Amino acid sequence: MKVRSGFTACAQGLALLFITALCSIPLFTLMVLSLCFIPLGLGMFTTPVMVRLVRSYAGSRRLLAARWAGVEIPVPYRPLPADRRPGLTGQVELLTFLLKDPATWRDLLWLFYDMIGGLFLATLTFAFVPYGVEAWVMAAGVWRPVVDAGGTYWYAFVPIDSQSTALLAALLGVVFFGAGLVISPLLLRTGFLVSRAFLAPTPQMALAARVRRLTETRHDAVDTSAAELRRIERDLHDGAQARLVAMGMSLGTIEALIEKDPAKAKEMLAAARSDSAEALSELRDLVRGIHPPVLAERGLGDAVRALALRMTIPVEVDVEVPGRADEPVESAAYFAVSEALTNAAKHSGAARMWVDLHHDGATLRIVVTDDGRGGARIAPGGGLDGIERRLGAFDGILAVSSPPGGPTMVTMEIPCALTAPRPTA
Amino acid sequence: MRVVIAEDLFLLRDGLVRMLEAYDFEIAAAVDSGPGLTRAFEELKPDVAVVDVRLPPSFTDEGLQCALAARRARPGLPVLVLSQHVEQLYARELLADGSGGIGYLLKDRVFDADQFIDAVRRVAGGGTAMDPQVISQLLDRRAQDRPIGRLTPREREVMELMAQGRSNAAIAAQLVVTERAVAKHTSNIFGKLGLPPSDDDNRRVLAVLAYLDRG
Repeated sequence: MKVRSGFTACAQGLALLFITALCSIPLFTLMVLSLCFIPLGLGMFTTPVMVRLVRSYAGSRRLLAARWAGVEIPVPYRPLPADRRPGLTGQVELLTFLLKDPATWRDLLWLFYDMIGGLFLATLTFAFVPYGVEAWVMAAGVWRPVVDAGGTYWYAFVPIDSQSTALLAALLGVVFFGAGLVISPLLLRTGFLVSRAFLAPTPQMALAARVRRLTETRHDAVDTSAAELRRIERDLHDGAQARLVAMGMSLGTIEALIEKDPAKAKEMLAAARSDSAEALSELRDLVRGIHPPVLAERGLGDAVRALALRMTIPVEVDVEVPGRADEPVESAAYFAVSEALTNAAKHSGAARMWVDLHHDGATLRIVVTDDGRGGARIAPGGGLDGIERRLGAFDGILAVSSPPGGPTMVTMEIPCALTAPRPTA
Repeated sequence: MRVVIAEDLFLLRDGLVRMLEAYDFEIAAAVDSGPGLTRAFEELKPDVAVVDVRLPPSFTDEGLQCALAARRARPGLPVLVLSQHVEQLYARELLADGSGGIGYLLKDRVFDADQFIDAVRRVAGGGTAMDPQVISQLLDRRAQDRPIGRLTPREREVMELMAQGRSNAAIAAQLVVTERAVAKHTSNIFGKLGLPPSDDDNRRVLAVLAYLDRG
């Protein structure tokens, strides 16, 4: 295994060598040129294009770092302004925005490093093993014509001028070869780690990104809760409240009628009673929408089970949550599941659905799967978008995998701690 | 007949006491918390208990848990559970032990005193009283079900009432048909659903409920 990873790293070093030589150097040159042309006007149009190119190139390096060496490099770029003015003003705005983003300059610095230091490290990563092989080739007899043609051939610090020195070199080659197998993966990793120093956000940038995200999610949270309150107000106003008014009126009429027309009064009493039943059922639905009773009584697991029993499509529920999360988290998770199930039932044409709740000690992970036709995506203002916003307030995330033809899998993760379950009486 | 009432809201507790007294029940105790209910079950040995799902001190499903615990200790102990909302999840748990004497109703059902008292009596007599909402949810889930699709509309109506726990006589009165006609419908239903015939009203109800809740 170790030997294989050594060979792989060696090959990857060679690949990196080519990538760096063929891409980093031209990109750096073009980028610098483009920046120099800004005062002449031309650079204003080429620079945004170059920045985009450099960013996607840096992105590909992030991908390689994660795949080849397990080095995760976060992305530091500020999100591009959404509402840009058209024409020249917009172009200038974009340019200033890009130039003001420190990540643009750090990318440039990285390119500069990569075409020198990166190239050097990639060469080292690759070179050890083949260098070892070279000694064996020499010892196999190639030393003779080489020495005949140009005198002593230096292999590292061994001067090859006879079969015995060639064998000595071969011995040294074994050392190089072996060392290369061990060192190459380390060198590869080192190269990526150095790149990370350039490509990952600095603590300050990370902090700024965090503040940006918090502002955004706070905004969303306030928006959602305001919208919720408006909905509740409207439902109460048009529903239960109106019914109670009607009931009060009926009772007044009954009072007047009770002696004149007892039969009519009795009839109206029945109507008033059914009005009160209606009001109650409307209130019940409203309560379910605010905070489902089962959630209050039993917690997330049973609330989702109860929800599953309400769906018209069979839903299998699997819960592995040893304890209770904070109430707001439970509520957000519940409504996220509810929305995901309703969404799936409405649009996917599924015949079965699955809900999987799992807590691994730090994160609550919810997976909602259906066997429907797939093709679901996060559209702005859609159901999934709503879930994402709701979860955002808890630093939760949502991912959708829905190839055409299905199945659709909605995965949600909310970082949260659990408290021990309350002992039941 | 001796009744224990467990309900934490004074107005509702008082209302229940008055209503049951008006129908000649003897109120053994009216308690307002889970521990109080557990004590009442142990000390007073009531004939039937009317229990709210949510009770102090935890304000979770404490009433339900007390009732289930009491029924584990004394299988078949008649309990009528009341709640502001009905959940199939809870209905399942209440029905799980397969013995009768169980009821699960929305609190709204107390509006109709006659029907409510009828439900209390039925439960006290070892029968079943399920809220129509539970039944209709179960039926909705089985809408695509082949055997249920083969029921005639009338048979479906009869099945809904039967699943709520009504006797043949009560179903006949409600649908304004003869008791013989109801008996015929029920035997048809049992045939179509492939359930074993039984003369015992309650066992019949439990079979239908179990059928509806399957899968």
